[in-house]
Amino acid sequence: MSKIHVTTKINGDPTEFLCEPDETLLDVLRDRLGMTGSKEGCGTGDCGACSVTVNGRLVCSCLVLGAEADGVEVATIEGMADGDQLHPLQRKFIEHAALQCGICTPGILVAAKSLLETNPNPTEEETRYWLAGNLCRCTGYDKIIRAVMEAGKEMREAS
Amino acid sequence: MALDSKQVLDTREFKVVGTRVLRPDGVDKVTGKARFGADITAPGMLVGLVLRSPHAHAKIKSIDTSAAEAMDGVHAVVTAADFPNIELDDFTADVRDNCLAGAKALYDGHAVAAVAASSNHIAKKALKAIKVDYEVLDHVTDVDEAIKPGAPVLHEGGGNESVPEGSSPNIMARYEFGHGDIEAGLKKADRVLERSYKTEATHQGYIEPHACLATMGPDGQADLWCCTQGHYMVRNTCAAILGLDQGQLRVTASEIGGGFGGKTTVFLEPVAMMLAKKSSRPVKMVMTRSEVLRATGPTASSSVDIRIGMTKDGRITAAAAELRYQGGAYAGSPVEFGAMSAFAPYDLENVQTIGWDVVTNRPKQAAYRAPGAPMAAFAVESAIDELAKGLGLDPLEVRLKNAAREGTVASYGPTYPAIGLEATLRTAKDHPHWTAPLGENQGRGVACGFWFNFGGDTCVSLNITPDGTVTVSEGNPDIGGSRASMSMMAAEELGIPYEKVRTIVADTGSLGQNEVTDGSRVTFAVGLATIEAARAAKREMCKRAAMVWGIEPEAVEWKDGAAHPAGPNAGTHPPMSLAEIAEIASNTGGPIAGHHEANPEGAGVSFATHMVDTEVDPETGAVKILRYTVFQDAGKAVHPDYVEGQFQGGAVQGIGWALNEEYIYGEDGVLQNAGFLDYRIPVASDLPMIDTVILEIPNPGHPYGVRGVGETSIVPPLAAIANSVSAASGVRMTDLPMSPPKVLKAIQDQ
Repeated sequence: MSKIHVTTKINGDPTEFLCEPDETLLDVLRDRLGMTGSKEGCGTGDCGACSVTVNGRLVCSCLVLGAEADGVEVATIEGMADGDQLHPLQRKFIEHAALQCGICTPGILVAAKSLLETNPNPTEEETRYWLAGNLCRCTGYDKIIRAVMEAGKEMREAS
Repeated sequence: MALDSKQVLDTREFKVVGTRVLRPDGVDKVTGKARFGADITAPGMLVGLVLRSPHAHAKIKSIDTSAAEAMDGVHAVVTAADFPNIELDDFTADVRDNCLAGAKALYDGHAVAAVAASSNHIAKKALKAIKVDYEVLDHVTDVDEAIKPGAPVLHEGGGNESVPEGSSPNIMARYEFGHGDIEAGLKKADRVLERSYKTEATHQGYIEPHACLATMGPDGQADLWCCTQGHYMVRNTCAAILGLDQGQLRVTASEIGGGFGGKTTVFLEPVAMMLAKKSSRPVKMVMTRSEVLRATGPTASSSVDIRIGMTKDGRITAAAAELRYQGGAYAGSPVEFGAMSAFAPYDLENVQTIGWDVVTNRPKQAAYRAPGAPMAAFAVESAIDELAKGLGLDPLEVRLKNAAREGTVASYGPTYPAIGLEATLRTAKDHPHWTAPLGENQGRGVACGFWFNFGGDTCVSLNITPDGTVTVSEGNPDIGGSRASMSMMAAEELGIPYEKVRTIVADTGSLGQNEVTDGSRVTFAVGLATIEAARAAKREMCKRAAMVWGIEPEAVEWKDGAAHPAGPNAGTHPPMSLAEIAEIASNTGGPIAGHHEANPEGAGVSFATHMVDTEVDPETGAVKILRYTVFQDAGKAVHPDYVEGQFQGGAVQGIGWALNEEYIYGEDGVLQNAGFLDYRIPVASDLPMIDTVILEIPNPGHPYGVRGVGETSIVPPLAAIANSVSAASGVRMTDLPMSPPKVLKAIQDQ
């Protein structure tokens, strides 16, 4: 099986890699590029821990082939902060204790960022439905929902 | 509500403890930098994969690994025959047999062989090349079926001395607790309820699958990186199974992506080490979600019979429970804890519980948050609710009337010191939730819950750096914010800012033995050891100040982060701060540190009352959680955010257990729902906010009054929700989960 050459952009960085035809984008990120911020909780698109955006669209990177990244722009948790400036969502997650173990946190942050870009002023219900594809087993979601809504508020006030 | 609902019942003044500081691992975890089990690599690393039994019960006649071993890129294949021939205690022998099956595969998913190869592709091909000759045997997966005459037998002669002669060979142990005379008590009752209840097995459902990376040299030195609730346990278990010196195996705990009890044992680690030894290469193993569901955890399924007698005014005259838990293919279901905890919230004259530990062809159960207690509480709290309603009594008043208090002799033996059950009930009764109006098809339920909490072996080392900052080393993986709590307690005791303390989870080479992160023990026991280590450092710092001032150490006291002269003969020296003492430590006797090693007794028991409103859709049987409030005694909430988080997380796991989650086996004994799509844990859109009320009845066994809080919160939800569904729909659900088809059928059958 010969490998596929892929040219892509990840968090703004021009990136090239070789991958197997059946290798997922998640495997490429984690095992070939050393970007282990995206997590594999299920490998079947059910838990959302591997959430990234491809050309701005929220996807489970375990359901995208590495080869499909050719010519697109991928954004992962590693690109969310601007240098040492945390994204408001990242700050609010820490301030609101919206994480316990933290394994689902990268995926939830990527998904929440996508929500606020799509809908800057979501209701609690909209937030809950948008994040329904991201499993968290520790928190019961209460503090996560509060943190996302607080971040949205701060971002609205800042803009 | 949840964010400012703390009720403080004690009077001690804290400066750091009780505040909501930012956790030290926060930035790493929101930026993707934190390294979990699968996030590490080693040069020359191989990929390890496991071959698992497709049969629920089968004799393993032979395993032919030759074709796999001959493949290019395959560096090692192991089976149970590769384990060194070491005599182990029964418990560890079962763990070993669970890691790689010996004579029989005992459940669908049981590991039978493993390979290490240069790539994932090659490892997968190698698994297919392993030929296992199985003789398929009859199987049993239901707890009540397993103890019927003629049921397939897992381990002939496996029961211990507690099992009466003539019992089913699938019964491994019998437990009994209680006092008084049940039959005499029942005669005094105005009403007696006899009812049976069942719960299905649920998985801990941590989002991070098990993962490890092992290296092992020919010199007997080995290193292991893994996600675990207890790396000291991993070290000791692997050393025993593999015949290593514990001191030669260094285990480092990764960040842990959830555990809830499920990571208090080993599955992959001894196998990875054998592969590493055989291949002379580092070996990394990561489970798939399907492997996690098929072969790790879950908790027990249960079948419980209850008899409770009550007078017209709500006093319980006698209470009895017979509990049967299946804990999968090996002895050790949590039925003993179920039998001990079933009636723990109540002050009863006549009480008896009998527990039966049953084996079936299911994965070996692992601890799950308050192991054994939620199923028992489901039965007991449902029965009390039904009795109260039948007698026209308020369910909270009935519980208050029977509540255990200071001085109550618990059903499982001890006499309680100060406890918080009554406070949770009274607070629940006064809470606006209790009297809020309900709509059509809506109902409200309450239930109480109890957990023992625990101490356990604990070591903490606290070091004062030359610039006057403080490092704390502890040996318990931080699963929900404990590094923050330890830093807070150290800062509180030393009288310095929280930001001046950093706590790390040290590897097994750095501290003595530490019990796993379980039993809600860490904030209590590791906190206690941290406080004592800080006190030892303070004593030393007072000594150094005394030396500088030329006075007796007894004439120096520590307050507000500094040594002060105290007493009539101490003189009038200006205070020396921690930083000032640290700066000159080299000249006053050398570096300053404090450490504490203990197995602390005095973990205060914990009680909670939960209140929940549900709406039941009469057309579909679907249950929606409308409102949920947790009332729990935390002793002292060191970091209220994380106490609330434990309350909320436990409640929601309980909601999943009550409504959706279950292990579904086919006729063939194969697990039908080994994925998160079909094993459905609660998602954000299923839930409302989970309100919390923290009560603080100080635990006399801890310097700051801390009680464990992590487990009690999963005990009441099953019954609270069942009681709420009963109020909403008019049907009494006695079989979990209350999934829509079951609820709909119950409504249609009534």
